[in-house]
Amino acid sequence: MFWNGKNGKNGGKSEGNGHHLIDLQGIRKVYDTGAVKVEALRGLDLAVRENEFLAIVGPSGSGKSTLMNIIGCLDTATEGSYRLRGEQVAGLTIDRLAEIRNKRVGFVFQNFNLLPQLTAFENVELPLLFKGTPARQRRERVELLFEQVGLSDRMLHRPVELSGGEMQRVAIARALACEPDIILADEPTGNLDTTSGRDIIGMFEDLWRKGHTLVLITHDPAIARRARRIVNVQDGTVVSDEAVA
Amino acid sequence: MKALSLIVRLFRGAAKIQRKRMILTATAIAWGTVAIILLLSFGEGLKRSLETGRRGLGESIVIIWMGETEKAFAGLPAGRPIRLVPDDVELVLEGVPELASASGEMHNWNVQLVNGRTALNKRVVGVHPAYRDLRTSYAQAGGRYIDELDQRLKRRVVFLGNELAKDLFGKDDPVGKTLLVADTPFTVIGVLQKKKQMSMYGGPDSDRATIPLSTFEAMFGRRYLSNLVYQPTSVAMAPVAKRHLMEVLGAKYRFDPADTRALYFWDTIEDAKMMNAIMIGIEMFLGMIGALTLIIGGVGVANIMFAAVTHRTREIGVQMALGARRVYITGSIVLESVALTFAGGVAGIGIGVAVVQALAAVQARAKSEAMEFLGAPTISIPIAVTTVTLLGLIGLAAGYFPARRAASVQPADALRFE
Ligand SMILES: Nc1ncnc2c1ncn2[C@@H]1O[C@H](COP(=O)(O)OP(=O)(O)OP(=O)(O)O)[C@@H](O)[C@H]1O
Ligand SMILES: [Mg+2]
Repeated sequence: MFWNGKNGKNGGKSEGNGHHLIDLQGIRKVYDTGAVKVEALRGLDLAVRENEFLAIVGPSGSGKSTLMNIIGCLDTATEGSYRLRGEQVAGLTIDRLAEIRNKRVGFVFQNFNLLPQLTAFENVELPLLFKGTPARQRRERVELLFEQVGLSDRMLHRPVELSGGEMQRVAIARALACEPDIILADEPTGNLDTTSGRDIIGMFEDLWRKGHTLVLITHDPAIARRARRIVNVQDGTVVSDEAVA
Repeated sequence: MKALSLIVRLFRGAAKIQRKRMILTATAIAWGTVAIILLLSFGEGLKRSLETGRRGLGESIVIIWMGETEKAFAGLPAGRPIRLVPDDVELVLEGVPELASASGEMHNWNVQLVNGRTALNKRVVGVHPAYRDLRTSYAQAGGRYIDELDQRLKRRVVFLGNELAKDLFGKDDPVGKTLLVADTPFTVIGVLQKKKQMSMYGGPDSDRATIPLSTFEAMFGRRYLSNLVYQPTSVAMAPVAKRHLMEVLGAKYRFDPADTRALYFWDTIEDAKMMNAIMIGIEMFLGMIGALTLIIGGVGVANIMFAAVTHRTREIGVQMALGARRVYITGSIVLESVALTFAGGVAGIGIGVAVVQALAAVQARAKSEAMEFLGAPTISIPIAVTTVTLLGLIGLAAGYFPARRAASVQPADALRFE
């Protein structure tokens, strides 16, 4: 498969030992639900370089999704420091955070999260629209992305008219729309059958080969082993962090 | 353009999910709009009717009646009656430069008028020619008012109120005919044009006969005026005119110009100002009632938008994850709220205008005095502007609060929302 985008941009930098792309230090996240306080992350440290393919594993409730939300700027840490490509995220305005999500992060969710009232095409177009890309470039970019995920003939369908695997491919196209620095995927195969799941993981491997940085959350040890580095989270901290042989 | 249409479509479904509630709310807005239009246009109609009614007496005029001194002055005791004579009209016109015109007026309220077999006892008034413009007493086509020559020659000519002319002459044209006034033959020179007269003294102008003041003096052997009517050169000069007039007359009759009891003034200019203030008060009151109705509709819109925001929380979360800035989230919600408000508002304006026109048509045909007093409901441009502005403000407000709530949630929380 052909992926346009990241090769040239990341080629040299990924092996450098300068800034990390993601740099989390002493991250705490406390959910305050009135009566009880849940400490989902307890002083977690994690650093990710460019063009890594990272799997985050751990038991249910260990804080994986919480971690992903913080990395993706969907939520803010209660304590600790988070630098994204050197930029301290704490204290940024709502609109600046929106801009970071728009340009630097691509999300792939377990339940796809496509907007039902829009066509597949428009779903992929949306981040470009938020970015302010002119109409012509938007159309060209979206068409190219659909070609890449092999769904050119489904562009004008509504999400309900697509299969789970197709929806997830549209979601991947959408995540790639603004050429993000990282792709964050939270259980992307959780709602898919084994075959479509394998397709999606294959797609992620391709993306990594083309220079993308991927963070993949999964329960499945077999899927985790497809990544190059496995981080095991338990009770809100990293208990093991090893490269895949 | 595509951007806007997409933004609109991102939230458009909101109303769709609760169609029934939306229809109810749009109806409430429409009803509020109808109420505000009706109230304001009735207010406008009433205002116009009162205004023409007030003009029926005369525009910006002051009427003086004679009184008694209250203060001792120049050795003279208090309690002296002040009596003006016809010559005083010339005196004040010369001595008070702020007067545009003036006329004396004498009343005899029980004079027999005879035309053939018809005999009526009515009020007869003697006036100067200037009275015509002062008291808006214009003649119907084919006739004329009393003029200088009539006054100088003490002619026996009579000008009839339109109702009186009908009572005396029926359908015949009275102009040129002879009428017996207290057994003296007079020539009818004109009949009053029908006018709306809301304020009056000495009965309505339509029901009396008017003759030259000089003729009146000679016929009834009167020396003193019943009252004096004048008009200042401008509304702004009215207080100065009054002060000078008191000085001129005070010098002649030797009373203190500050003596408020020597002469009584009916200042219709002051009346008009007060009337204006009252009308503004009435309009504001009616407008408030309408606005309150609209605000209740606005609360309905806000509720729908709150429900829609809750219903769409997850989608809003997705948009945030894709990088939607605040305006993209709030903009679509406010737009929809305004659209919903105007949908109701446009229906309300349509119904309101139709009702106002129907009522105006009914009113034009109605003969009752109450209806005439109320005046035809009238839609003016300020009413239209007020209504549309109110609708816009309510739509914005009804969208603002739900939009603010939508934009203030953490994307992570919105995405988790079920
Ligand atoms: N919004 C929230 N309010 C309160 N507690 C929360 C909230 N979100 C997560 N938690 C709690 O924080 C802890 C970590 O949750 P998180 O969703 O990160 O776990 P997870 O590792 O993703 O689990 P799973 O594998 O089941 O998805 C859990 O105990 C959870 O109950
Ligand atoms: Mg999770």
